[in-house]
Amino acid sequence: MIKVENLHKSFGDLEVLKGVSEHIKKGEVVSVIGASGSGKSTFLRCLNMLEEPEEGSIIFEGVDITKEKVNIDQHRQKMGMIFQHFNVFPHMTVIENITMAPMLIKKKSKEEAEAQAMQLLEMVGLADKRDEYPRRLSGGQKQRLAIVRALAMEPDVMLFDEPTSALDPEMVGEVLQVIKQLVKSGMTAVIVTHEMGFAKEVSDRVLFMDGGVIAESGTPEEIFGNAQNPRTREFLSKVLY
Amino acid sequence: MTKYHRTLIKGMIMTVQLSCITVFFGLIFGTLIAFMKMSNFKIWKIKPLNLLATIYVEVLRGTPLLLQLYFFYFLMPKLIPALGDKKISITVALIVNSAAYVAEIVRSGIAAVDPGQAEAARCLGLNRRQTMQKIIIPQAVKNILPAMGNELVMMLKETSLASTFFIGEIMTQCNVIGGATFLQIETLIISGIMYLVLTTVVSKLVGMYERRLAVSD
Repeated sequence: MIKVENLHKSFGDLEVLKGVSEHIKKGEVVSVIGASGSGKSTFLRCLNMLEEPEEGSIIFEGVDITKEKVNIDQHRQKMGMIFQHFNVFPHMTVIENITMAPMLIKKKSKEEAEAQAMQLLEMVGLADKRDEYPRRLSGGQKQRLAIVRALAMEPDVMLFDEPTSALDPEMVGEVLQVIKQLVKSGMTAVIVTHEMGFAKEVSDRVLFMDGGVIAESGTPEEIFGNAQNPRTREFLSKVLY
Repeated sequence: MTKYHRTLIKGMIMTVQLSCITVFFGLIFGTLIAFMKMSNFKIWKIKPLNLLATIYVEVLRGTPLLLQLYFFYFLMPKLIPALGDKKISITVALIVNSAAYVAEIVRSGIAAVDPGQAEAARCLGLNRRQTMQKIIIPQAVKNILPAMGNELVMMLKETSLASTFFIGEIMTQCNVIGGATFLQIETLIISGIMYLVLTTVVSKLVGMYERRLAVSD
Protein backbone atom coordinates (compact mmCIF):
# COMPACT_ATOMS: atom_id res chain seq x y z
CA MET A 1 0.00 0.00 0.00
CA ILE A 2 2.78 2.43 0.91
CA LYS A 3 6.22 1.66 -0.38
CA VAL A 4 9.00 3.95 0.77
CA GLU A 5 12.41 3.87 -0.82
CA ASN A 6 15.60 5.55 0.32
CA LEU A 7 13.94 8.56 1.93
CA HIS A 8 16.18 11.50 2.81
CA LYS A 9 15.03 14.64 4.59
CA SER A 10 17.04 17.49 6.08
CA PHE A 11 16.08 20.60 7.99
CA GLY A 12 18.84 23.05 7.12
CA ASP A 13 22.09 21.31 7.98
CA LEU A 14 20.44 18.68 10.10
CA GLU A 15 19.83 15.43 8.26
CA VAL A 16 16.82 13.86 9.96
CA LEU A 17 16.13 10.96 7.63
CA LYS A 18 19.17 9.22 6.21
CA GLY A 19 17.72 6.74 3.78
CA VAL A 20 14.57 5.07 5.04
CA SER A 21 13.01 2.21 3.11
CA GLU A 22 9.88 0.45 4.23
CA HIS A 23 6.86 -1.34 2.86
CA ILE A 24 3.53 -1.05 4.61
CA LYS A 25 1.00 -3.59 3.41
CA LYS A 26 -2.75 -3.29 3.27
CA GLY A 27 -4.39 -4.09 6.60
CA GLU A 28 -1.11 -3.93 8.44
CA VAL A 29 -0.69 -2.06 11.72
CA VAL A 30 2.81 -0.69 12.06
CA SER A 31 4.11 1.07 15.16
CA VAL A 32 7.13 3.31 15.00
CA ILE A 33 9.13 3.70 18.19
CA GLY A 34 12.39 5.41 19.02
CA ALA A 35 13.90 8.25 21.01
CA SER A 36 13.02 11.90 20.43
CA GLY A 37 14.91 13.21 17.42
CA SER A 38 15.29 9.78 15.87
CA GLY A 39 13.21 10.90 12.88
CA LYS A 40 10.05 8.92 13.51
CA SER A 41 7.64 11.87 13.31
CA THR A 42 9.42 13.23 10.24
CA PHE A 43 9.15 9.80 8.62
CA LEU A 44 5.40 9.76 9.28
CA ARG A 45 4.93 13.33 8.05
CA CYS A 46 6.76 12.46 4.84
CA LEU A 47 4.29 9.66 4.13
CA ASN A 48 1.62 12.22 3.21
CA MET A 49 4.08 14.87 2.04
CA LEU A 50 3.56 17.25 4.96
CA GLU A 51 7.34 17.26 4.84
CA GLU A 52 8.80 17.06 1.36
CA PRO A 53 11.73 14.68 1.21
CA GLU A 54 14.80 15.70 -0.79
CA GLU A 55 15.47 12.24 -2.07
CA GLY A 56 13.71 8.92 -2.41
CA SER A 57 10.23 7.89 -3.41
CA ILE A 58 6.92 7.14 -1.73
CA ILE A 59 4.65 4.91 -3.76
CA PHE A 60 1.12 5.13 -2.39
CA GLU A 61 -1.43 2.87 -4.09
CA GLY A 62 0.78 2.67 -7.18
CA VAL A 63 1.56 6.39 -7.51
CA ASP A 64 4.84 8.04 -6.59
CA ILE A 65 3.48 11.00 -4.60
CA THR A 66 6.88 12.69 -4.30
CA LYS A 67 6.70 13.64 -7.98
CA GLU A 68 5.94 17.31 -8.55
CA LYS A 69 3.11 16.90 -11.01
CA VAL A 70 1.10 14.70 -8.67
CA ASN A 71 -2.04 16.31 -7.22
CA ILE A 72 -1.18 15.65 -3.60
CA ASP A 73 -4.60 16.83 -2.32
CA GLN A 74 -6.27 13.87 -4.01
CA HIS A 75 -3.96 11.35 -2.40
CA ARG A 76 -4.13 12.98 1.02
CA GLN A 77 -7.88 12.36 1.05
CA LYS A 78 -7.08 8.67 1.32
CA MET A 79 -4.63 9.14 4.19
CA GLY A 80 -6.10 10.20 7.50
CA MET A 81 -3.71 11.94 9.83
CA ILE A 82 -3.95 12.36 13.59
CA PHE A 83 -1.74 14.90 15.36
CA GLN A 84 -0.28 15.13 18.81
CA HIS A 85 -2.08 18.44 19.38
CA PHE A 86 -5.40 17.32 17.84
CA ASN A 87 -5.72 20.35 15.52
CA VAL A 88 -9.50 20.28 15.63
CA PHE A 89 -11.04 23.40 14.09
CA PRO A 90 -12.00 25.71 16.98
CA HIS A 91 -14.38 27.85 14.92
CA MET A 92 -16.60 24.91 13.97
CA THR A 93 -18.90 22.77 16.06
CA VAL A 94 -18.14 19.08 16.52
CA ILE A 95 -20.44 18.04 13.68
CA GLU A 96 -19.14 20.79 11.37
CA ASN A 97 -15.59 19.65 12.04
CA ILE A 98 -16.55 16.24 10.68
CA THR A 99 -18.84 17.16 7.79
CA MET A 100 -16.78 20.05 6.37
CA ALA A 101 -14.35 18.01 4.28
CA PRO A 102 -16.80 15.37 2.97
CA MET A 103 -19.22 18.11 1.88
CA LEU A 104 -16.53 20.33 0.38
CA ILE A 105 -14.41 17.72 -1.33
CA LYS A 106 -16.57 14.65 -1.82
CA LYS A 107 -19.61 16.83 -2.57
CA LYS A 108 -21.76 14.90 -0.14
CA SER A 109 -25.11 16.42 0.74
CA LYS A 110 -25.48 17.89 4.21
CA GLU A 111 -27.94 15.16 5.26
CA GLU A 112 -25.69 12.39 4.03
CA ALA A 113 -22.58 13.89 5.65
CA GLU A 114 -24.37 14.46 8.95
CA ALA A 115 -25.83 10.98 9.04
CA GLN A 116 -22.36 9.55 8.54
CA ALA A 117 -20.90 11.91 11.12
CA MET A 118 -23.48 10.90 13.71
CA GLN A 119 -22.70 7.24 13.12
CA LEU A 120 -19.01 7.96 13.72
CA LEU A 121 -19.75 10.07 16.79
CA GLU A 122 -21.84 7.21 18.24
CA MET A 123 -18.91 4.90 17.68
CA VAL A 124 -16.57 7.06 19.80
CA GLY A 125 -19.20 8.06 22.34
CA LEU A 126 -19.45 11.74 21.42
CA ALA A 127 -22.95 11.81 19.92
CA ASP A 128 -24.24 14.12 22.66
CA LYS A 129 -21.53 16.69 21.83
CA ARG A 130 -22.55 17.22 18.22
CA ASP A 131 -23.32 20.93 18.56
CA GLU A 132 -20.60 21.86 21.05
CA TYR A 133 -17.55 23.88 20.10
CA PRO A 134 -14.21 22.11 20.69
CA ARG A 135 -13.27 24.44 23.56
CA ARG A 136 -15.89 22.62 25.64
CA LEU A 137 -14.24 19.24 25.02
CA SER A 138 -11.52 17.57 27.04
CA GLY A 139 -8.24 16.58 25.40
CA GLY A 140 -9.36 13.00 25.00
CA GLN A 141 -12.64 14.07 23.45
CA LYS A 142 -10.80 16.40 21.05
CA GLN A 143 -8.56 13.58 19.92
CA ARG A 144 -11.52 11.26 19.40
CA LEU A 145 -13.14 14.03 17.37
CA ALA A 146 -9.95 14.37 15.31
CA ILE A 147 -10.04 10.64 14.62
CA VAL A 148 -13.63 10.59 13.40
CA ARG A 149 -13.01 13.75 11.37
CA ALA A 150 -10.30 11.84 9.51
CA LEU A 151 -12.48 8.72 9.22
CA ALA A 152 -15.30 10.72 7.62
CA MET A 153 -13.12 11.00 4.50
CA GLU A 154 -13.05 7.18 4.38
CA PRO A 155 -9.26 6.92 4.18
CA ASP A 156 -7.38 3.77 3.17
CA VAL A 157 -4.69 4.32 5.77
CA MET A 158 -4.48 6.21 9.05
CA LEU A 159 -1.30 7.93 10.22
CA PHE A 160 -1.03 8.63 13.95
CA ASP A 161 1.62 11.09 15.12
CA GLU A 162 1.98 10.50 18.87
CA PRO A 163 -1.78 10.60 19.36
CA THR A 164 -1.67 10.41 23.16
CA SER A 165 1.46 12.43 24.00
CA ALA A 166 -0.40 15.66 24.75
CA LEU A 167 -3.12 14.00 26.83
CA ASP A 168 -3.60 13.92 30.59
CA PRO A 169 -2.84 10.40 31.79
CA GLU A 170 -6.46 9.58 32.60
CA MET A 171 -7.50 10.27 29.00
CA VAL A 172 -4.89 8.15 27.26
CA GLY A 173 -6.98 5.00 27.66
CA GLU A 174 -10.11 6.26 25.92
CA VAL A 175 -8.12 7.36 22.86
CA LEU A 176 -6.10 4.14 22.65
CA GLN A 177 -9.38 2.23 22.94
CA VAL A 178 -10.74 3.99 19.85
CA ILE A 179 -7.54 3.35 17.88
CA LYS A 180 -7.59 -0.29 18.92
CA GLN A 181 -11.19 -0.67 17.80
CA LEU A 182 -10.28 0.96 14.50
CA VAL A 183 -7.32 -1.26 13.65
CA LYS A 184 -9.27 -4.36 14.66
CA SER A 185 -11.82 -3.47 12.00
CA GLY A 186 -9.03 -3.88 9.44
CA MET A 187 -7.78 -0.31 8.99
CA THR A 188 -4.20 0.02 7.82
CA ALA A 189 -2.35 2.21 10.29
CA VAL A 190 1.07 3.66 10.99
CA ILE A 191 1.40 4.75 14.60
CA VAL A 192 4.25 6.80 16.01
CA THR A 193 3.98 6.25 19.74
CA HIS A 194 5.66 6.24 23.11
CA GLU A 195 3.06 3.83 24.51
CA MET A 196 5.10 0.63 24.38
CA GLY A 197 2.37 -1.52 25.90
CA PHE A 198 -0.05 -0.34 23.26
CA ALA A 199 2.44 -0.83 20.42
CA LYS A 200 3.05 -4.35 21.64
CA GLU A 201 -0.64 -5.15 21.82
CA VAL A 202 -2.00 -3.79 18.52
CA SER A 203 0.91 -3.89 16.08
CA ASP A 204 1.60 -6.46 13.43
CA ARG A 205 5.04 -4.99 13.10
CA VAL A 206 7.20 -2.60 15.11
CA LEU A 207 9.86 -0.33 13.62
CA PHE A 208 12.61 0.98 15.83
CA MET A 209 14.10 4.19 14.47
CA ASP A 210 17.48 5.50 15.52
CA GLY A 211 19.62 8.26 14.02
CA GLY A 212 17.43 8.75 10.96
CA VAL A 213 17.21 5.14 9.86
CA ILE A 214 15.07 2.14 10.72
CA ALA A 215 17.50 0.31 12.95
CA GLU A 216 15.34 -2.73 13.51
CA SER A 217 12.00 -4.05 12.34
CA GLY A 218 10.06 -7.06 13.48
CA THR A 219 6.98 -8.45 15.15
CA PRO A 220 6.22 -7.07 18.63
CA GLU A 221 7.49 -10.34 20.10
CA GLU A 222 10.79 -10.01 18.24
CA ILE A 223 11.34 -6.36 19.14
CA PHE A 224 10.14 -6.36 22.72
CA GLY A 225 11.19 -9.90 23.60
CA ASN A 226 14.32 -10.53 21.66
CA ALA A 227 15.77 -7.41 20.06
CA GLN A 228 18.89 -8.05 18.01
CA ASN A 229 20.22 -4.50 17.72
CA PRO A 230 22.01 -3.26 20.86
CA ARG A 231 20.53 0.25 20.32
CA THR A 232 17.03 -1.22 20.39
CA ARG A 233 17.80 -3.07 23.61
CA GLU A 234 19.28 0.06 25.15
CA PHE A 235 16.24 2.15 24.19
CA LEU A 236 13.77 -0.44 25.47
CA SER A 237 15.63 -0.85 28.74
CA LYS A 238 15.19 2.88 29.29
CA VAL A 239 11.49 3.02 28.52
CA LEU A 240 10.35 -0.32 29.93
CA TYR A 241 10.83 -0.55 33.66
CA MET B 1 -21.68 79.68 19.53
CA THR B 2 -25.00 77.92 19.07
CA LYS B 3 -25.40 79.15 15.50
CA TYR B 4 -22.31 77.18 14.58
CA HIS B 5 -23.61 73.76 15.64
CA ARG B 6 -24.55 72.93 12.06
CA THR B 7 -21.01 73.59 10.94
CA LEU B 8 -19.68 71.26 13.60
CA ILE B 9 -22.16 68.52 12.74
CA LYS B 10 -21.10 68.84 9.11
CA GLY B 11 -17.50 68.47 10.23
CA MET B 12 -18.35 65.38 12.22
CA ILE B 13 -20.10 63.76 9.25
CA MET B 14 -17.09 64.56 7.08
CA THR B 15 -14.72 63.04 9.61
CA VAL B 16 -16.78 59.85 9.83
CA GLN B 17 -17.10 59.62 6.05
CA LEU B 18 -13.40 60.16 5.47
CA SER B 19 -12.38 57.61 8.12
CA CYS B 20 -14.84 54.95 6.99
CA ILE B 21 -13.94 55.29 3.31
CA THR B 22 -10.26 55.20 4.21
CA VAL B 23 -10.51 52.11 6.41
CA PHE B 24 -12.81 50.33 3.94
CA PHE B 25 -10.45 50.75 0.98
CA GLY B 26 -7.48 50.44 3.30
CA LEU B 27 -8.74 46.99 4.25
CA ILE B 28 -9.14 45.93 0.62
CA PHE B 29 -5.72 47.16 -0.52
CA GLY B 30 -4.07 46.23 2.78
CA THR B 31 -5.30 42.64 2.43
CA LEU B 32 -3.98 42.55 -1.11
CA ILE B 33 -0.57 43.77 0.08
CA ALA B 34 -0.60 41.29 2.96
CA PHE B 35 -1.13 38.42 0.49
CA MET B 36 1.63 39.80 -1.72
CA LYS B 37 3.90 39.78 1.29
CA MET B 38 3.04 36.16 2.05
CA SER B 39 3.34 34.91 -1.52
CA ASN B 40 6.02 32.42 -2.44
CA PHE B 41 6.15 33.44 -6.07
CA LYS B 42 9.80 33.43 -7.07
CA ILE B 43 11.94 34.57 -9.97
CA TRP B 44 15.35 33.01 -9.40
CA LYS B 45 16.05 33.80 -5.79
CA ILE B 46 13.96 36.97 -5.52
CA LYS B 47 10.33 37.11 -4.45
CA PRO B 48 9.22 40.19 -6.41
CA LEU B 49 5.73 40.48 -4.88
CA ASN B 50 7.09 40.07 -1.40
CA LEU B 51 9.81 42.65 -2.02
CA LEU B 52 7.38 45.19 -3.48
CA ALA B 53 4.98 44.83 -0.56
CA THR B 54 7.77 45.11 1.99
CA ILE B 55 9.09 48.32 0.44
CA TYR B 56 5.56 49.74 0.31
CA VAL B 57 4.88 49.02 3.97
CA GLU B 58 8.28 50.28 5.14
CA VAL B 59 8.09 53.54 3.19
CA LEU B 60 4.51 54.34 4.24
CA ARG B 61 5.10 53.48 7.88
CA GLY B 62 8.48 55.15 7.99
CA THR B 63 7.47 58.60 6.76
CA PRO B 64 5.10 61.10 8.42
CA LEU B 65 1.46 61.05 7.36
CA LEU B 66 1.49 64.84 6.97
CA LEU B 67 4.30 64.54 4.43
CA GLN B 68 2.32 61.90 2.55
CA LEU B 69 -0.74 64.17 2.54
CA TYR B 70 1.29 67.03 1.03
CA PHE B 71 2.84 64.61 -1.46
CA PHE B 72 -0.52 63.42 -2.79
CA TYR B 73 -2.00 66.92 -2.58
CA PHE B 74 0.59 68.08 -5.10
CA LEU B 75 1.03 64.84 -7.03
CA MET B 76 -2.56 63.82 -7.80
CA PRO B 77 -3.53 66.89 -9.87
CA LYS B 78 -0.40 66.40 -11.98
CA LEU B 79 -0.91 62.67 -12.34
CA ILE B 80 -4.64 62.59 -13.05
CA PRO B 81 -5.98 66.12 -13.58
CA ALA B 82 -9.55 64.81 -13.67
CA LEU B 83 -9.16 63.59 -10.09
CA GLY B 84 -7.32 66.71 -9.03
CA ASP B 85 -9.90 67.69 -6.42
CA LYS B 86 -8.12 68.12 -3.10
CA LYS B 87 -10.64 66.00 -1.24
CA ILE B 88 -9.89 63.09 -3.54
CA SER B 89 -6.13 63.63 -3.27
CA ILE B 90 -6.30 63.64 0.52
CA THR B 91 -8.58 60.58 0.61
CA VAL B 92 -6.20 58.69 -1.66
CA ALA B 93 -3.29 59.64 0.58
CA LEU B 94 -5.13 58.41 3.67
CA ILE B 95 -6.04 55.13 1.96
CA VAL B 96 -2.49 54.55 0.76
CA ASN B 97 -1.23 55.17 4.29
CA SER B 98 -3.88 53.06 5.98
CA ALA B 99 -3.30 50.15 3.59
CA ALA B 100 0.28 49.86 4.85
CA TYR B 101 -0.84 49.51 8.46
CA VAL B 102 -3.72 47.20 7.58
CA ALA B 103 -1.35 45.00 5.57
CA GLU B 104 0.66 44.35 8.73
CA ILE B 105 -2.51 43.76 10.75
CA VAL B 106 -3.80 41.20 8.24
CA ARG B 107 -0.45 39.49 7.80
CA SER B 108 0.16 39.08 11.52
CA GLY B 109 -3.47 38.02 12.05
CA ILE B 110 -3.05 35.21 9.55
CA ALA B 111 0.40 34.28 10.83
CA ALA B 112 -0.99 33.97 14.35
CA VAL B 113 -3.26 31.06 13.37
CA ASP B 114 -1.70 27.82 14.59
CA PRO B 115 0.12 26.18 11.64
CA GLY B 116 -1.34 22.87 12.81
CA GLN B 117 -4.73 24.11 11.60
CA ALA B 118 -3.51 24.39 8.02
CA GLU B 119 -1.77 21.01 8.30
CA ALA B 120 -4.94 19.35 9.52
CA ALA B 121 -6.94 20.90 6.69
CA ARG B 122 -4.40 19.88 4.04
CA CYS B 123 -4.39 16.35 5.46
CA LEU B 124 -8.14 16.13 4.92
CA GLY B 125 -7.47 16.88 1.26
CA LEU B 126 -8.31 20.59 1.16
CA ASN B 127 -6.20 22.53 -1.31
CA ARG B 128 -4.43 25.79 -0.45
CA ARG B 129 -7.34 28.01 -1.40
CA GLN B 130 -9.94 25.96 0.46
CA THR B 131 -7.69 25.86 3.52
CA MET B 132 -7.38 29.64 3.44
CA GLN B 133 -11.12 30.16 2.98
CA LYS B 134 -12.53 27.63 5.38
CA ILE B 135 -9.90 27.34 8.09
CA ILE B 136 -7.36 30.16 8.19
CA ILE B 137 -9.40 33.27 7.32
CA PRO B 138 -12.29 32.60 9.74
CA GLN B 139 -9.80 32.21 12.58
CA ALA B 140 -7.61 35.12 11.44
CA VAL B 141 -10.62 37.45 11.42
CA LYS B 142 -10.78 37.10 15.18
CA ASN B 143 -7.18 38.30 15.45
CA ILE B 144 -7.63 41.02 12.84
CA LEU B 145 -10.91 42.54 13.96
CA PRO B 146 -9.81 44.20 17.23
CA ALA B 147 -6.80 45.69 15.47
CA MET B 148 -9.02 46.94 12.64
CA GLY B 149 -11.24 48.66 15.19
CA ASN B 150 -8.12 50.30 16.53
CA GLU B 151 -7.18 51.36 13.01
CA LEU B 152 -10.58 53.02 12.57
CA VAL B 153 -10.14 54.87 15.88
CA MET B 154 -6.68 55.98 14.77
CA MET B 155 -8.08 57.15 11.44
CA LEU B 156 -10.88 59.15 13.09
CA LYS B 157 -8.17 61.09 14.86
CA GLU B 158 -5.66 61.23 12.02
CA THR B 159 -8.13 62.77 9.59
CA SER B 160 -7.60 65.92 11.68
CA LEU B 161 -4.28 66.30 9.87
CA ALA B 162 -6.29 66.80 6.68
CA SER B 163 -7.49 70.11 8.13
CA THR B 164 -4.19 71.49 6.90
CA PHE B 165 -5.86 71.40 3.48
CA PHE B 166 -9.25 72.66 4.64
CA ILE B 167 -11.09 69.46 3.88
CA GLY B 168 -14.10 70.26 6.02
CA GLU B 169 -13.78 67.68 8.77
CA ILE B 170 -14.06 68.50 12.48
CA MET B 171 -10.69 70.19 12.83
CA THR B 172 -11.25 72.39 9.77
CA GLN B 173 -14.60 73.55 11.12
CA CYS B 174 -13.03 74.04 14.51
CA ASN B 175 -10.44 76.39 12.99
CA VAL B 176 -13.14 78.24 11.03
CA ILE B 177 -15.36 78.76 14.07
CA GLY B 178 -12.44 79.61 16.30
CA GLY B 179 -11.31 82.25 13.79
CA ALA B 180 -14.76 83.75 13.44
CA THR B 181 -15.68 83.85 17.13
CA PHE B 182 -12.29 84.14 18.81
CA LEU B 183 -13.50 81.37 21.15
CA GLN B 184 -10.60 79.07 20.20
CA ILE B 185 -10.38 77.17 23.48
CA GLU B 186 -14.11 76.53 23.71
CA THR B 187 -14.28 75.27 20.10
CA LEU B 188 -11.29 73.03 20.69
CA ILE B 189 -12.98 71.52 23.74
CA ILE B 190 -16.19 70.90 21.83
CA SER B 191 -14.25 69.34 18.93
CA GLY B 192 -12.36 67.19 21.40
CA ILE B 193 -15.62 65.93 22.85
CA MET B 194 -16.88 65.09 19.35
CA TYR B 195 -13.75 63.03 18.67
CA LEU B 196 -14.14 61.31 22.02
CA VAL B 197 -17.77 60.41 21.34
CA LEU B 198 -16.86 58.98 17.92
CA THR B 199 -13.91 56.93 19.14
CA THR B 200 -15.81 55.63 22.17
CA VAL B 201 -18.76 54.52 20.05
CA VAL B 202 -16.46 52.70 17.61
CA SER B 203 -14.56 50.98 20.42
CA LYS B 204 -17.81 49.79 22.01
CA LEU B 205 -19.19 48.52 18.70
CA VAL B 206 -16.02 46.58 17.99
CA GLY B 207 -16.09 45.17 21.52
CA MET B 208 -19.66 43.94 21.01
CA TYR B 209 -18.85 42.32 17.68
CA GLU B 210 -15.77 40.70 19.17
CA ARG B 211 -17.80 39.13 21.96
CA ARG B 212 -20.17 37.72 19.37
CA LEU B 213 -17.27 36.16 17.47
CA ALA B 214 -15.85 34.75 20.68
CA VAL B 215 -18.65 32.16 21.03
CA SER B 216 -16.32 29.42 19.91
CA ASP B 217 -13.34 30.21 22.14
